[in-house]
Amino acid sequence: MRSIVLECLRYDPETDAAPRWQNYDVPFTDDMSVLQGLQYIKDHLDGSLTFRWSCRMAICGSCGAMLNGEPRLGCENFLRDYYPGPLRVEPLNHFPIVRDLAIDQSDFLAKLESVKPYIIGEPPKGPYRQTPRQMEEYYQYSQCINCLLCYAACPQYGLNEKFTGPAALALLHRYNADSRDQGKRERMPVINQEDGVWGCTLVGYCSEVCPKGVDPARAVNQNKIESAKDYFFRFFRR
Amino acid sequence: MKRSNKPIFWSLFGAGGMLSALIGPALVFTTGIALPLGGVPLGYERAHAFAQNGFGKVAIFLVISLFLFHGLHRMYHSVHDLGIHVTPAMKALFHGIAALGSAVAAYLLVTL
Amino acid sequence: MKTYTRPVTGTWWTRNGFYRWYMFRELSCVFITLYAFILLAGLYRLGQGPEAFLAWQAALASPASLAFHVVALVLVIYHSWTWFKIMPKTMPRLPVPDGAIVAGGVIAVIAVSAAFLWTALG
Repeated sequence: MRSIVLECLRYDPETDAAPRWQNYDVPFTDDMSVLQGLQYIKDHLDGSLTFRWSCRMAICGSCGAMLNGEPRLGCENFLRDYYPGPLRVEPLNHFPIVRDLAIDQSDFLAKLESVKPYIIGEPPKGPYRQTPRQMEEYYQYSQCINCLLCYAACPQYGLNEKFTGPAALALLHRYNADSRDQGKRERMPVINQEDGVWGCTLVGYCSEVCPKGVDPARAVNQNKIESAKDYFFRFFRR
Repeated sequence: MKRSNKPIFWSLFGAGGMLSALIGPALVFTTGIALPLGGVPLGYERAHAFAQNGFGKVAIFLVISLFLFHGLHRMYHSVHDLGIHVTPAMKALFHGIAALGSAVAAYLLVTL
Repeated sequence: MKTYTRPVTGTWWTRNGFYRWYMFRELSCVFITLYAFILLAGLYRLGQGPEAFLAWQAALASPASLAFHVVALVLVIYHSWTWFKIMPKTMPRLPVPDGAIVAGGVIAVIAVSAAFLWTALG
């Protein structure tokens, strides 16, 4: 049976002043994901290794980590692809580390709340009506699983943590583009601020790493035009 | 939440980016490589005539001005990308140079 | 809650091919700016008369100038390519696929360049 060394970044807030590396030799079969590798470590080698996971099928968004410096989901990346290794496993970039591979997502959650990610407006009498064509307008942006790989990818977020960021702006756009929603006006201030869409320089790495094809780079940059229109035409609005 | 003024600079950046994307390669090749190597029959008379012409004046102004606004806006962002803290003064400096260059170009074209 | 924040330095872009190409793309702006100033200098010399203008033209033949323009050409072509590659993301959804927009842009560059070179080179 083959084995691969996982170099894991460890951090225990109660005992460590700073993160440190710890290596684990993990035997693996070709069907094992990186997440399963971490679970092997926890079950057989070192029960103290801490990491988030849940669904094992790239829908819950819990198991994101830096694998050899790239933001990936542990459950859909396989140890066989990193052989012979070693495979460096670190917590997602640009977030404070709580413990080992678990990061503090509270900044993202605050930003998510700020974009008002829900249908705004009086519902119709009876059901909402929406054509397939109308759903296409926002469907890809609704696929976001809040895994935060895009924030780990985004250098602008790394340089400036006040930047609203890819996923929050993609979800903002998801609601603006939904024909059932009437909240675009209310969301414009988030878009228009310096740390709104204007914090983005279209590096595009966010869309490259997104495991669900959301394409946050597109969502953010479409709103640059909206923001510019809002800026220049605001005096002509009734 | 404070509204950003970015749309002004971004629009100029965008116009300059589009212009330089379309005509940049041909221009740089023509004036920077073909011309000095003798492949372009330019000379003073032809250049002067082009710059006297109304269309020529607008073309020269747009190229110089929009290339400057595009380049300097991006340079301002690149300074930030290199981890250097950018201040409003630096923003004014980069965009101010672009505005100044444009003003000089306009003046030269009008007085030619 | 006690957390550890990893510092982000100005060398973040050296760690990854995707980031390095991004910085290469951004580098084009330095050359576009300098090129615009070279043109502005030429315009100024044009206003000073034939001798001044021909001196500007002659200076373009120096090894330093040629080297600059060769590098500038490479970067401006890369700018052109990346500009149109990115363009679909900045536009509202159109009835054509992204690839068609990129192709359209590339064709536009080739057409405009051909027209310009045909007029300039005579």
